[in-house]
Amino acid sequence: MITELGHFALVLALGVALVQFAVPLVGAQKGWTNWMALAVPAALIQALLIALAFGALMHAFVTSDFSLRLVALNSHSLKPMLYKVTGVWGNHEGSMLLWVLIVALYGAAVALFGGALPPRLRALVLSVQGLIGVAFLSFSLFTSNPFLRLAEPPFDGQGLNPLLQDPGLAFHPPFLYLGYVGLSMAFSFAVAALIEGRIDAAWARWVRPWTLAAWMFLTIGIGLGSWWAYYELGWGGFWFWDPVENASFMPWLFAAALLHSAIVVEKRESLKSWTILLAILGFGFSLIGAFITRSGIVTSVHAFSSDPTRGIYLLAILAFFVGGALTLFAARAREMEARGVFGLLSRESGLVLNNILLAVAAFVVFIGTIWPLAAELFFDRKLSVGAPFFEAAFTPFIVGIAVVLPVGAMLPWKRARLAGVVKKLTPALLLAFAVAALAWAVGSGRSALAPVGMALGSWLVAGAAVDIWSRTGRGALGGRLGRLTRLPRADWGRLLGHGGLGVVFIGISGLMAWQVEDIRVAQVGESFEVAGYEVTLEKVERLQGPNYISTTATMRIARDGREIAVLRPEKRLYPVQGMPTTEAAIDQGLWRDLYLVIGDPQEGGGWAVRTFIKPFTAWIWAGILLMALGGILSLSDRRYRVAAGAARRRRSAVKGVPAE
Amino acid sequence: MSALKRLLLTLALLMASVAPLRAVNPDEVLDDPALEARARQISQGLRCVVCRGENIDESNADIARDLRLLVRERLLAGDSDRQVVDYVVERYGEYVLMKPTTEGANKLLWGAGPALFLLALLIAGLYLRRRARAGAPQEEALSEEEQARLRELLDG
Repeated sequence: MITELGHFALVLALGVALVQFAVPLVGAQKGWTNWMALAVPAALIQALLIALAFGALMHAFVTSDFSLRLVALNSHSLKPMLYKVTGVWGNHEGSMLLWVLIVALYGAAVALFGGALPPRLRALVLSVQGLIGVAFLSFSLFTSNPFLRLAEPPFDGQGLNPLLQDPGLAFHPPFLYLGYVGLSMAFSFAVAALIEGRIDAAWARWVRPWTLAAWMFLTIGIGLGSWWAYYELGWGGFWFWDPVENASFMPWLFAAALLHSAIVVEKRESLKSWTILLAILGFGFSLIGAFITRSGIVTSVHAFSSDPTRGIYLLAILAFFVGGALTLFAARAREMEARGVFGLLSRESGLVLNNILLAVAAFVVFIGTIWPLAAELFFDRKLSVGAPFFEAAFTPFIVGIAVVLPVGAMLPWKRARLAGVVKKLTPALLLAFAVAALAWAVGSGRSALAPVGMALGSWLVAGAAVDIWSRTGRGALGGRLGRLTRLPRADWGRLLGHGGLGVVFIGISGLMAWQVEDIRVAQVGESFEVAGYEVTLEKVERLQGPNYISTTATMRIARDGREIAVLRPEKRLYPVQGMPTTEAAIDQGLWRDLYLVIGDPQEGGGWAVRTFIKPFTAWIWAGILLMALGGILSLSDRRYRVAAGAARRRRSAVKGVPAE
Repeated sequence: MSALKRLLLTLALLMASVAPLRAVNPDEVLDDPALEARARQISQGLRCVVCRGENIDESNADIARDLRLLVRERLLAGDSDRQVVDYVVERYGEYVLMKPTTEGANKLLWGAGPALFLLALLIAGLYLRRRARAGAPQEEALSEEEQARLRELLDG
């Protein structure tokens, strides 16, 4: 019964979304305020209905209602409760429902908190958001309905893919979707601005928080996915340049670019049409991501499903939204005159360079991702584009970003002199060179990767520190420290965002340059030495988990005779799926991770054992976390609230005028 | 039902490819560390043909193991790295190369990024020059009198 109600609510939501699209649009064209105002309740009701549907599906998963096809296929009565809940989005249909829920939630957020927006703009934004809702609701209902029943329910379900039964991956999709769909807000604002034919500093100020939120969620989502791959896939890789990963990385790069170009629109009324284009492309790449993940056209490790009708439907959605927006853009972009005047060397031009590098980097990822498909279609060549391509073709651009970032971030608006900025940054530059020399010495000159990566990372971190310190002005140390604590939160957000990127650089280059790996057969009770650590395989036992059988090894690690850690790497077998997984055991440290994997028993006795020493790995996740935290800090900046408050005052002032 | 089957097939493939325990087994490792290092390097550039985007060094599929052994065999026979790769490509096609060649249409793939970058720099350069010129005199510079007044205020 609850399931049918949920199904019904979803159908109703489609109807409401249609209303939310059409009525405010007509109202905005004709200037009918009551028609425009309908957007607000429509957005709220749509969100409520989809939330009901989502709740109903979750109820079916939690109560293990195997008469529901989706539950029977993807759940199991023995599964732990956490994974019954997260199993809702561990499959194509459920994750699509989560997607439409998030589309509607963003719409509801504009309806609730967008009181400061001009009514016409708000109506148009909600109308576009309603149209996106229509597209995905109909996709969900017509091609991937989660509420289909089975005529003969099985006694038990087929279970969730064990790889997905993991806290890291359980919460990875919601964050990613919050990011992907968050970019739909920037898109809706861009299309609304194009329809209105107007874009100004206020518009940029409204778009920025949404973009920032989307970027922050994407950062967390990508970080979670990468962390999961690191500890679950059994050899400690953190990024594979897999099509699905690339699908989330491209919108992230575009969101980062949009974030920065919107600043130029807000502060300097320039780069307007470029910012609109970025907003369109950002969401466009979110849609491409959905297409890649769900159409199966580009094969990938963790694609959801491959169904041609779904692929075609998604392609149609993509073509409609991006094509429509670009047509509108072509017709209207000329009306977006730039006003700001600035020199060749200025904060503005620094941000232009940032945007070029980010956009080209995203484009390189894109062409690498679709190239196997293009080569087969047009040149009849079956080929692969793997990590080595991306490492060679993508890295120069990201290195370019790291080189210019600290300088660009400190250039003054309008017109700058390089000498002044370089002088301030001298300590950061010296530190970077010192770190490079140290890394070269430690690595005994084996490769250039570590010195260069570490130097760039420290350059970014130190540059960010110099940047915030220079904002405290001149004068005595005490006064500057006092001012430091009173700086706007956005400045701290910037410190964390830019510094966090530097920390990620340090982590990646340390790990890639200095990883030590050892593969061997170890007998129970045997000790062996890896890079100064003494590893002992103490025992291997078979244990019973809630829905798996585990082979657990107990291994002791000592250094200089002192015990550091006892690690218990596992190999699990999930009998429902007949599928094994590895659970690496990791001793995380600031300077290195010890990463142990237990393998198969060997014919001559003993076990295959893999030991990895992975320097600086924790820095990757720490950096990602710092970046996300920077996003949150900036979001909470007073100035966004002040802008909202000022608009409210203006509105109440208007109300004070006596009616005619 | 066919959609369901396809889904199951996908999942099965997914399992086959991501299934853990993996990669180089102790019995495959060559005794000569220098040769083994070369073998690892080469393996990382060769794709496991039945997997999804994994190289043979990471994959635990049987064919990946066969290829790993083949690579080591060729190395022991005294082949250079280049010869080993060519030997494998000859048998499995360029599909096995993780890093695409720069031949033929692949020039597009490799050239697209740098070309776009140069183009973007050019366009941005023109745009920036236009912005720098547009009305620079009236908005930016202070007149002589204003300069004098400013100095007065600052110094006074």
